[in-house]
Amino acid sequence: MVTRRILLSAAVWMAFAGVPTQAGPAPVPVVASFSILADLVRAVGGERVAVTTIVGPDGDAHVYQPRPADSRAIADARLVFVNGLGFEGWIDRLIGAARTRAEVVTVSKGIAARTGEEGADPHAWQDPANVKIYVENIRAALAAADPGGAEDYEANAAAYLARLAALDAEIAKTFDAIPKERRRVVSTHDAFGYFSARYGVEFIAPQGVSTEAEASARDIARIIDAAKRHKVSAVFLENVADPRLTRRIAAETGARIGGTLYSDALSDAKGPAATYLDMMRHNAGELAKAMAQ
Amino acid sequence: MLFDLLLQPFLDYGFMRRALVGAAALALAGSPLGVFLILRRMSLAGDALSHAILPGAALGYLIAGLSLPAMTLGGLAAGLVVAMLAGAVARFTALREDASLAAFYLLSLALGVTLVSLKGSSVDLLHVLFGSALALDDAALLLLAGVATVTLFALALFYRALVMDTLDPIFLRQTTRLGGLAPFLFLTLVVLNLVAGFHALGTLMAVGLIMLPAASARLWTRDLAAALPLAAALGAGAAYTGLVFSYHSGTPAGPAIVLAAGLAYSASLVFGPAGGLTRLRRPSRHLEG
Repeated sequence: MVTRRILLSAAVWMAFAGVPTQAGPAPVPVVASFSILADLVRAVGGERVAVTTIVGPDGDAHVYQPRPADSRAIADARLVFVNGLGFEGWIDRLIGAARTRAEVVTVSKGIAARTGEEGADPHAWQDPANVKIYVENIRAALAAADPGGAEDYEANAAAYLARLAALDAEIAKTFDAIPKERRRVVSTHDAFGYFSARYGVEFIAPQGVSTEAEASARDIARIIDAAKRHKVSAVFLENVADPRLTRRIAAETGARIGGTLYSDALSDAKGPAATYLDMMRHNAGELAKAMAQ
Repeated sequence: MLFDLLLQPFLDYGFMRRALVGAAALALAGSPLGVFLILRRMSLAGDALSHAILPGAALGYLIAGLSLPAMTLGGLAAGLVVAMLAGAVARFTALREDASLAAFYLLSLALGVTLVSLKGSSVDLLHVLFGSALALDDAALLLLAGVATVTLFALALFYRALVMDTLDPIFLRQTTRLGGLAPFLFLTLVVLNLVAGFHALGTLMAVGLIMLPAASARLWTRDLAAALPLAAALGAGAAYTGLVFSYHSGTPAGPAIVLAAGLAYSASLVFGPAGGLTRLRRPSRHLEG
């Protein structure tokens, strides 16, 4: 273990000092708080950054329990990317305890946050227009930390923004083809506020904005009422929330179960939502498919 | 008006009926067991055993996913192993049963948390492992009803043995060679109800619904034959009251049910004729014909 530690600290030292190795400059060690953010940082950073993700695929960042490896990753990082808006409530303490010199970058800075009963809604990435701001914030932070790669970051970000714009147009077109009164579904927790505002899809959710809160009998009764009244076409499960409640609601309202939406985390590499772009495309496809029937 | 308040939710919504049936089944079978737990001075054992279930249920989840039979079997096995080991340690070493139970349940809990984290930072497993009364599906409901049926039949069949084992175990062992089995039967029933209960309400809530009505009933009567049905009735009443409260106030169902049971307990503490506080105000006469 001693040798590993020495190697590790040597690697970190080299990263700080920018000593070039034979295989080009050592990648900049950065940490991203959850899988979607890590994907965006990788897209902008490319080969020049080594991204460590704290809450991995299919993980729930609302209620994460940090592990020692997370502190170590943060202690060794140059930059720590967080979503902000109260999404990762545990991360401030983790960063404080890790005694890191890393700069904390809140990627949602500059976004017009939606606010609900429970405060700001953190799921801003569900709107590609916000992700443009995320990408810009990530690019600026990386360029400041690693000026030598500024041009690379600029080029990567520009390429990604183009793909993002194409995705946005594609999703908008998909939903424009569906009559407004059919664009209504039930999902497990209230993660799609931004998506809903952008594409005019109405979501009714039993859990609040966070997966932490437990649903009450009244909440569920209201959702069942709403689902029956509006003739909701489908009930959707999410990869990070309790599926049983949603199944119960589906059984009670006669709505179909529409498949799994990815809200707060990507799927693993084999899944249908391994990157942010795939995730958005997958969600839109599942929703459109259920509404069209 | 009153009808709307008290009955309409159950007429309108299937999930309310399911929650009521599930919680009532747990109360009917679990609360009488709670009375026995109190008589055996094992009031905290239920809590300890409920934690001991965790690694088994977690293992079931890791192997078979969100499958009710796998999680139930795993939980049952883990609970029984801890109960038996605690009993064996108490019998063969210098430690008493409460100390060995505490040791094993803490180990079991730690093992459970470790197993849960093996799955990585996945869906908060504890949320998945411990159900919500509002999301009972057919399988969970059948499990609860089945366990309640088995428990009530077992209580009826082995009533004498269980009472004897609680009050005078040495006598029971002298009378019949099967007397040594009574504690195991009892612990099996307790673990069964806890395992079924964690699907319905989550462990904390399940223990609450088993112990609180039992403690309340104990304050109303010293007669065991009366305390058992009284505890069951109080438990079922708490299940109903808690659900109605959760429906109208918008609070989570599990805690609401336990709080309703707690309300009955507080009232019993004050007014219970067999040991409540008001008894102190009018001392019974003594030394009179």
